This record gives sequence, C-alpha cells and structure tokens, in this order.
Amino acid sequence: MSNTVLTVEDLSVTFALHGSEVHAVRDMNFTLTEGEILAVVGESGSGKSQAFLSIMGLLAKNGRVTGNAMLGDVNLVGMDKVKLDAYRGKDIAMIFQDPMTSLNPSLRVRTQLSEVLVKHRGFDKEKAVLAAIEMLERVGIPEPAKRSNAFPHELSGGMRQRVMIAMALLCQPKILIADEPTTALDVTVQAQMLDLFKSLTEDFGTALVLITHDLGVVAGIADRMMVMYGGRAVEKGKVDDLFYDPKHPYTLGLLHSTPHIAHRAARLDPIQGLPPSLEHLPKGCSFNPRCAFRFERCLAERPPLAPAGEGREKACFYEGELNYEKVA
Amino acid sequence: MADKSETLLEIRGLGKSFSIATGLFSQPLELKALQDISFSIKKGETLGIVGESGCGKSTLGRCILQLIEPDQGQVLWLGQDLMKLSGEEMRKRRQDLQIIFQDPLASLNPRMTVGEIIADPLRTLRPELGRDQRRAKVVKMMEAVGLLPEMINRYPHEFSGGQAQRIGIARALITEPKLIVCDEPVSALDVSIQAQILNLLADLKDEFGLTLIFISHNLSVVRHVSDRILVLYLGRIVELATGNEIYDDPKHPYTKALLTAVPIPDPKLARQRSIDALRGEIPSPISQPSGCTFRTRCRYAKPLCAEVRPPLETIGGDRLVACHRWQEIEVPEEAMVEA
Repeated sequence: MSNTVLTVEDLSVTFALHGSEVHAVRDMNFTLTEGEILAVVGESGSGKSQAFLSIMGLLAKNGRVTGNAMLGDVNLVGMDKVKLDAYRGKDIAMIFQDPMTSLNPSLRVRTQLSEVLVKHRGFDKEKAVLAAIEMLERVGIPEPAKRSNAFPHELSGGMRQRVMIAMALLCQPKILIADEPTTALDVTVQAQMLDLFKSLTEDFGTALVLITHDLGVVAGIADRMMVMYGGRAVEKGKVDDLFYDPKHPYTLGLLHSTPHIAHRAARLDPIQGLPPSLEHLPKGCSFNPRCAFRFERCLAERPPLAPAGEGREKACFYEGELNYEKVA
Repeated sequence: MADKSETLLEIRGLGKSFSIATGLFSQPLELKALQDISFSIKKGETLGIVGESGCGKSTLGRCILQLIEPDQGQVLWLGQDLMKLSGEEMRKRRQDLQIIFQDPLASLNPRMTVGEIIADPLRTLRPELGRDQRRAKVVKMMEAVGLLPEMINRYPHEFSGGQAQRIGIARALITEPKLIVCDEPVSALDVSIQAQILNLLADLKDEFGLTLIFISHNLSVVRHVSDRILVLYLGRIVELATGNEIYDDPKHPYTKALLTAVPIPDPKLARQRSIDALRGEIPSPISQPSGCTFRTRCRYAKPLCAEVRPPLETIGGDRLVACHRWQEIEVPEEAMVEA
C-alpha cells in the first residue's frame, strides 16, 4: 500500500493581476500514496483549489505554475496541453463542487461517459456504453441503463455528482482530486457520497485528494490532512494527530470554530479578524494578525514548514502548549 | 432570557402551493411546498428549522413575513392575523419582523453606500426621523454589529462576505424588530467567519431581547443556536421538540437519519459510529408518495405507512412527531453520538 503515486515539489502558482503578481500557492510539497485519502483544508483564498487546478493544467490564462508534480517519472507541470491529455482523465482525474457546470448539458449521460473510454482506452462504442452503465451501477445509480439515457438536467444534484464520479473512475485513475465534492449536497446524500469515496479507494486503490473546508467531512474519511493558509501549507500530518493535538494555532482555531453536534458549547471560539488578501500578505507569518500566540519573531520572520514529530510538519515558531482547552 | 410565557407568533394550518407551468397547452402541475404547518414561538426563544433542500424551510420563513402569500391558514402575530392586513398595515408591521438572507452580497444594493443600506428601512418605517437622527442610529448599529463607523460611506463590494453579513444584520436590526427570520445566515461564510457571526447573533439576541427563527440545512449550527427545533420533510412537520430532545432522543426515523449523517469533527467518534444512511433522495414535491411521505426512504416502513398519513401527535409535554411507529422503533446505539 505504500506505492507513491504523486510527488509534488516546490509547487508555486502566481497570477498576473493589475500589473503585479499575486502568489496564490507557494512552495507546496507532498506525496500521495496508493489508496490513501489526503484532505486539503483551508478557507476561501487559501490556495487549496488553485494548487490542484495547476497540477491538472487548468489554471486561468493569467496563471503561471512552477515546481514539479511527478506522476511516476513524468512531470505534469509545464507539460503542453496536448501531451497532458494523455494523462488527464486516464491517470489523474478531477471532480468539482458543481457537477452541472462540469457535465455537457447537451449530451446524454451515456454519450459523455462512453466518450472517455473510446478516447483513453480504445474501447469500441458499444462496449464503452456497457462499461459506462456498469460504472453507473457501481456508484449507486438505480436503474443505470435507463438513467444513462437522461440528460444532466434531468438528474438531481446527488445523481449528477455520482455521474461525475463515475466518469472520473471509468479509466481507473491512480489519483482522483475532488474539489468540495459534497458541499452542494444535503447531509444524507453527502453521507452516501463519502461512503462511496471510501469504498472506491479500498476497491480500486485510487488515491483521493479531498479539497474541503468542512472538518467534519475530513474527520469521517481522511487518513492525512494538510491545512493551508494564505497560499501555504501551515500544518501537515495524520488526521488524528491534527485533530487531537493541533500544533499550529490556525488548525486549533479552525477546530474551535466548528460547531459540534454532540457538544453544545455556550460559545464558539472563533479566530479573530479576516483571512488575508493574497495581494497584501502580512509580513512575517501570514497568520500573525489573527494569532493568539504570536510573539515578536512572528512579525519579522516567516516560519518555514518544518518537522514537528513523527510524520507531521508545522510552520510556526511557537513551541509552548497551545492552551485553549483540548479540542473535542 | 425574556418572559418565556408570552406567545409572539402562532402559525395555524399554514399551506402554500405553487403552480408549475409545464408547457403552453398542458395543465400546470401543483407543487405543494407547505402543508398543515402549525406551531408557535414564545418571546425570547430561538426556533431552528431544519430539513433538506426542497423541504420548504425557506418558503416557510417567507410565508411568516408575508413575503410569499400563504394559500391557507393563519399567521398570528400577538394574536393579530398578518394575512388579513392590508399592504400598508403590513408594511408598518414589518418594523417588528425582519429577515437576514443567505447570500450577504447579493442581498445588498451595490449602488448604495453602507450607511444608506442600513438606514433604508428607517426611511419607510420611521419617516418622522430627521437625517441626523437616522445617521446617529446607523452609527450606533454599525458599532453594535462590529463594523467601524468610518466605513459608512463605502460600497458593498469593498466588504468581505462576513462583513457584508454584518451589514445585513445591522439593516435588519435598525427598526428594532422583535423577531428576525435568519435564512441560512452563515452558510455562505468561511468556517472562522461563521463562528464570529454566530457569536454576534447570540450577543445581539441578548442585547436587544430578540426572538429568532433560524433556518439552516446545517444541523450542527442549528443545534448550536436553537432552543427548539422543527424538522421539515416535503413541506410537512415531522418532528418538533427542544434541541436536547431532538439530539439525545430523536423520535422520527427521518430526524434520526439526519442526525447520524451529520459529519462530526472528531475522527475517533466518526469512525465508531455506523451511519444509518438514508436510501435514495428526497422525492419530488410535485408527485409526493401516498400516506407517510417519508416511507419511500424509511427502513421501518410498513404497509400501513403507504395507506394512512401519520398525524402529528403530541407526545410528552410539547413534543410533536408524525410517525405511525415512533414508539416501536429504536435507533441502534452505535449510530448515535454520545453527548
């Protein structure tokens, strides 16, 4: 189970904006192993989506990416679009929050799905349709043969998201990137989807990157997590370590901001202030204006992401105990 | 908390249908958005309304404020039926009943300054106030919701989502309302900002003696803010009870299923519990199942459930539940989260 499927090194994403450069992602490093679920957590503007769009070659026109994203011995970063098409969909696939905008509204579900197989795996059309229907059944769509004749607008939100997942899985990619895949869904459907993701990683050995802002979703299915703030990873490690013993004040703050259904606290402990604008990041540690534990060094110097115990890293100078009451 | 005994608002047998055009020459379909809704709210209380998309929770909030006109029933505000009021009388009444919307930026006029937006309800509802008096009230309200008064001449696009929601809250509070309907007020906000706004609402509720109706699909958030919780399914009340009763001892199978599907931000608890995942999705409100509308997804459904719609029964005190089998069914222990 310890086969590395993706190695990302020094990934940075910049956008040309108003004649200057905005750094959306800086110096991202991580590896992804077969069958694991990595959660990437952060608020809007933290760079969590842009990092993965850049790996997929899907940045907006004014975006520029540097660094490496090694899929085996192939570097996806900087590859031209035509070459990239040989890997996208086949080895690495991505699904988005709103399935309606990612499906072609004028094609029947079966057509969209079978196209992928014809293109990437050289199936003939009939065989491709059969395989597509089989996959629809696998992701829990009732009456798959009938539903495959539908157009996307005829399906509910949960069904569309299942169609997206089915499409992404048809080529059995090694890596599936899911950007807020359940945010638009109701809790009961969300629970079904998360179950589905879990069994897919187990059955196919697919590595899943789950980009989300919802710590409840992370706790339910992820193995490891990476917390992002202001374009950088600020803490990385196993899910249990970060939830029960967070070492970065931002991780702690996120946990304290999340209402917990089983403990009704009188008040939440929100992080004060607002997330920073990427155009005007504070000097030193980006989190320092909102941090309850900051000291002089944090204002002058940016803490690097450094090892902090077994299998975990943090970007914070503070070494004392984070003394909010223990989370959860 | 204020005097709990005074009933502020009472809803009796409220119903609302929409007709859906299906084509130029075909009969329009009837979508029953709300049916037989009855409940009351006491002064100083926070009532949470939860349910999946399409269950009618937002329509209910709007029907209470007469932003959508209900087809049936009564909306009694301090004993007075709001549905019988003329447009002019209702406008005056709106001073007492306000609303906060989900998308903070979309609910603010982009061409008005923050000061104008917050003062706007005063222009219609308190025309006797002079310019300076209005301004003084706006500044005071901006401070109360945590906005800097020097931002008074800025425009909405200069604000983040959390700040924009503070503007929406200030606009709702400026008329000194007694009741505020909060329709998914924090769903569009980042986690850290969401917590700030929830705390702000709690503070303002105490400070101004407000009564809140809090509509959300997020059960953790509703649990956090509410005294009592009303669960809607396909436009009908399936359960109504206090927050503790709902979370510690839910009676309706739908409430149970919703609770076990809520993600818990605690990895060990999350792994321990087995999710009582509901089958399928919410049926279309246009063609609702016969009998109990939840039966198509209910693991406890019996033939009776398809034939007879379960009445909303009063059980133990003020609790309400609409299920034929609530006394027989037990939720497996491991599916619930220990409080």
